[in-house]
Amino acid sequence: MDLGAINPAVLAASLMVAATPILLAAIGELVVEKSGVLNLGVEGMMITGAIVGFAIAVETGNPALGFLAAMAGGAALSLVFGILTQVLMSNQVATGLALTLFGLGFSALIGQGYVGVKPPALAKPDLGPLADIPVLGRVLFSHDLIVYLGLALVVAVWAFLRFTRPGLILRAVGENHDAAHALGYKVVRIRLAAIAFGGACAGLGGAYLSLMRVPQWTEGMTAGAGWIALAIVVFASWRAGRVLLGAYLFGGVAVLQLNLQAAGLAVPVELLSASPYLVTILVLVIISADRGRAALNAPASLGRVFHASS
Amino acid sequence: MNRRTLLASAAFALGLAGAAAAQDRVKVGFVYVGPIGDGGWTYEHDKGRLAVEAHFGDAVETVYQESVPEGADAERVMTQMALSGADLIFATSFGFMDPVINVAQKFPDVKFEHATGYKRADNVSTYSARFYEGRAVQGLIAGHMTESNIIGYIASYPIPEVVRGINSAFIHARKVNPDVQFKVIWAYTWFDPAKEADAATALIEQGADVILQHTDSTAPQAAAERAGNVYTFGQASDMIEYAPKPRISSIIDNWAPYYIERVQAVIDGTWESVDTWDGIAPGMVGIGEITEAVPAEVKAEAEALIAAMASGEYHPFTGPLNRQDGTPWLAEGEVADDGTLLGMNFYVEGLTGTVPQ
Repeated sequence: MDLGAINPAVLAASLMVAATPILLAAIGELVVEKSGVLNLGVEGMMITGAIVGFAIAVETGNPALGFLAAMAGGAALSLVFGILTQVLMSNQVATGLALTLFGLGFSALIGQGYVGVKPPALAKPDLGPLADIPVLGRVLFSHDLIVYLGLALVVAVWAFLRFTRPGLILRAVGENHDAAHALGYKVVRIRLAAIAFGGACAGLGGAYLSLMRVPQWTEGMTAGAGWIALAIVVFASWRAGRVLLGAYLFGGVAVLQLNLQAAGLAVPVELLSASPYLVTILVLVIISADRGRAALNAPASLGRVFHASS
Repeated sequence: MNRRTLLASAAFALGLAGAAAAQDRVKVGFVYVGPIGDGGWTYEHDKGRLAVEAHFGDAVETVYQESVPEGADAERVMTQMALSGADLIFATSFGFMDPVINVAQKFPDVKFEHATGYKRADNVSTYSARFYEGRAVQGLIAGHMTESNIIGYIASYPIPEVVRGINSAFIHARKVNPDVQFKVIWAYTWFDPAKEADAATALIEQGADVILQHTDSTAPQAAAERAGNVYTFGQASDMIEYAPKPRISSIIDNWAPYYIERVQAVIDGTWESVDTWDGIAPGMVGIGEITEAVPAEVKAEAEALIAAMASGEYHPFTGPLNRQDGTPWLAEGEVADDGTLLGMNFYVEGLTGTVPQ
């Protein structure tokens, strides 16, 4: 065993990269669920974003355009879900699952011509002297823009939900859509906007996977990341800060267990492989253990169908 | 013969002809563990399927199902194929082993071919390739190319097939470079590009400058390319898009000749349950081009090794070899028998860590 081979700074840096796709998808889903909608199609929107972003980046040679297209693609797909569930009032669970299946198949179809193609790389911002600070520079100031964007989004979503009037309205819609409707708020429109935001975030997370983290296109490449994001939102009891914690924990343990294996730690490999799931769920369950407060935090109208006539 | 019987017999004859025509076309099913577009394992199996179509033309109809999980789903997929009239079904992953045996019991008239497994029945053949011959070549090149003397190995599941590959690569790396160390990561997946990329990155961060992979996607190649001075080998497929660096050679699975031969046997009615395990010599295992990143003398040495294995004069598991705990396994000049190799669940001496049980 050679634990000295593991460099904590390098590890911290790679956990931020590993966690970013899940973080982006989860923070988007948090907003969706706060508005009272349960969209189980995160995986489908992520993979759609992954291929749309990849295809556009390859065709135009511009990764920034690729990321924008991925957000548009994810949002467009989520609006299919939005129209089905909000306007036509279909079952949210079934429609979300269908969205995932559709996204996986649809992305495989578009992706036919992009297997084995190398995407253009997004230039990293040069933070100059900051990146040269020992340890901290490697951990905090050596990343690409999307990693910082993910962090900024967490702060923005937290501040939006907590301090702004539109955030309060969004939460009101999620808590009691009938009351919000009676107050004159456009429940369906607000929810559609939240769903589109969630789709854009999931699409961005998917594109980060195909354009930066892997970077290439392979069918089914999200490999369950969307489901992890969904689980993190619930276990984080719908709080932005805890979503960040959950995503970093999951990404961190996932990277750490690979490093521990490479270093030859004498722990059964099966246990190490399962550890990201176990640790993330355990920690989030423990910090959310205060049942009363956690239940208070769950949007009361989550998953319920709304119609203005009721 | 009155008009009614004439019509009836004409209809009967037509029906018969139709049935005969349908029977003439042999239907072949393929069950894949990953997507065709993985650029590795499944991609090569599908190339074999396309070769069957090209070879037999209208005489054969092929159907396939991608990304079939190993387990109950595989059983359902194969049952469906058998019910829809498949005459021959290729199940192309180790984890399909028990589902194949179960479904084969229910459909005694359908022929099954299971890749890389060890359970057979009257209507179940097994086939595999001696990938460890290719691993020997990779080990030799890797042992020469590494400067940090640390070689990373991304393993999938702890099954004999994978353990054999690690041992074979290690033996031949040690032969040319006695200081070489292997770091093995078990990914517990055949196909998860993000995880494979993370595993490659973790190995590189811990000093590995040559990465061998036994997972199916090209993600480790991309991670190595990004890291710079790291070499890799294509797995299952050529992965030539990453040549000349980081990919410096590859193992290519060539299933087409075998698939064509077995489909022909079904057409001729000569199909029997057999166990096939072919290597470099008949071409089932191909070694992809060794690129110019490899020094000429190393390339020549690798080619000599390939030739020696192809002619049968050298076996990658030739004694003296000890097991990891130091107990003797093969005496000087002794060659491992296929039974031991097929069930291999131990490391050879010099490897660190343990095989997950």
